[in-house]
Amino acid sequence: MSDVYVVGIDMIKFMKAGTGPAVEQLGAQAALMALDDCGLKIQDMQALYCGNLGQADAMVGQRVLQQIGQTGIPVVNCANACATGATAFREAWMSIKAGVNDVVLAVGVEKMGAGLLGGGGGRKGIPREGLLGSMTMPAVFAEAGQEHARKYGTTFEQFAKVSVKNHHHSTLNPKAMYQIETPLETVMGAEMIAYPNTKLMCSVNVDGSAAAVLCSEAKAKQLGLMKRAVRVKASVMTSDPWQERDLVMPDVNTCTRIAAKKAYEMAGVGPGDIDLVELHDCFATAELLHYENLSLCKDGEAGQLIDSGATSIGGKIPVNLSGGLLSKGHPLGATGIANIYEISTHLRGEAGKRQVPNARLGLTHVIGLGSACAIHVLEKVA
Amino acid sequence: MSKPLPAVDFLKIPDQGDPYLEGHKCGACGSIYLDAREVCSKCGERGKIAATRLSNDGHLYVFSVVYRSFPGIDVPYVSAIVDLEGGGTVKGNLIGIEPDPAKIKMGMPVRVVYKDALGRKDREGNSYLSYFFEPR
Repeated sequence: MSDVYVVGIDMIKFMKAGTGPAVEQLGAQAALMALDDCGLKIQDMQALYCGNLGQADAMVGQRVLQQIGQTGIPVVNCANACATGATAFREAWMSIKAGVNDVVLAVGVEKMGAGLLGGGGGRKGIPREGLLGSMTMPAVFAEAGQEHARKYGTTFEQFAKVSVKNHHHSTLNPKAMYQIETPLETVMGAEMIAYPNTKLMCSVNVDGSAAAVLCSEAKAKQLGLMKRAVRVKASVMTSDPWQERDLVMPDVNTCTRIAAKKAYEMAGVGPGDIDLVELHDCFATAELLHYENLSLCKDGEAGQLIDSGATSIGGKIPVNLSGGLLSKGHPLGATGIANIYEISTHLRGEAGKRQVPNARLGLTHVIGLGSACAIHVLEKVA
Repeated sequence: MSKPLPAVDFLKIPDQGDPYLEGHKCGACGSIYLDAREVCSKCGERGKIAATRLSNDGHLYVFSVVYRSFPGIDVPYVSAIVDLEGGGTVKGNLIGIEPDPAKIKMGMPVRVVYKDALGRKDREGNSYLSYFFEPR
């Protein structure tokens, strides 16, 4: 089986939810940027894998092609909650691994509304939100963080530091939605949404898109595209195995742990070999859980890891240098490819002020609640 | 006045006796579900799942104090996940305690109580009975 390479990848600058063009135009922008990044044309693509959640039943991939070139290629539309973009990328990867295709396009795109996600009603009877606890995303991830606090004494301040860090990183990323410093007192003093998540500890709803061109090794060499290519060392997905509290408390930990173990095995590397990580910081509480889930530290040490500064720019294992979902923004269907863009940009040495010096290996992680976890390990080639 | 309806299917209101929460337990592996089902999603056993009455006593596993919700929903309130004695985990509002993170202790003993569903009615004007947690 051929190794698979990312040869072209890009994302648009994320923008305030609802301010972007129609979803197919938004997707088309990133698709053209990714094609331009490697100098290929839509006529060179053998298939399109398109991730979008909000219009999952409305043929978004085909509509993107109607914007940029209706070449008649197969289109697969993917929806997998917040793992949607990563799922589209992985399907593209798999088609090359299988030998079916040797150059394909993956697009992730989302137009978002404002406000709280989750917790919707729509069932018979009466609304349950605020009657049977909360199923809004800030509350669900607050409770996931509280489980860590319960076990290890993790503090509100430690969770808040995640947001300080990721907002700081985004000041160095012109494609992030925000470039604003948020000191600890600002984060902790922001409107409390669901304790311990304040407003600045919740991901930003944005319109956004990202796209990647994936290639087999033979094709990348034939096209002369190896110089800026990024090798996909591992691509792993899991769903959530049975857990005792499943029915009332989504478990984002176990599926990540299993995926991480498999990804490190597939890549033949350990967590200590990874130079940078983009992980699913949908809420500040989630980032600390994933430090342990991805074995960036031992169980119970995530609070110390954020305190130590190791996951900040210049630290031992920088996490979410893009600004993360907390400040770069979280267009659900685009996030999984935007994360891969960030890592690829560092591996290519093109990350500007936020560049990790001599980055060779990076890891991306997303969680779609419900649940789907996707992890990719990427390696510098040239 | 007509009898209130249950806010969720797993809240049972018998003609005689007190309301209670009903779980569905796998006879093969002991896993408890809140919905009726044929197959156990833990062990895969079919046809061994039977209704069981859940305890009204439990312990607070985790909570969040919710300050921002959808329009029309009173805040703040405490969203709580409670492990019931003898098995089963349920989510609901923790009441009878100040909604202050500093005053709520994870692991504290709580009981399930049954009250009107905060005055919420459906389109036909029916009242509902819901469950809540209280410190014990």
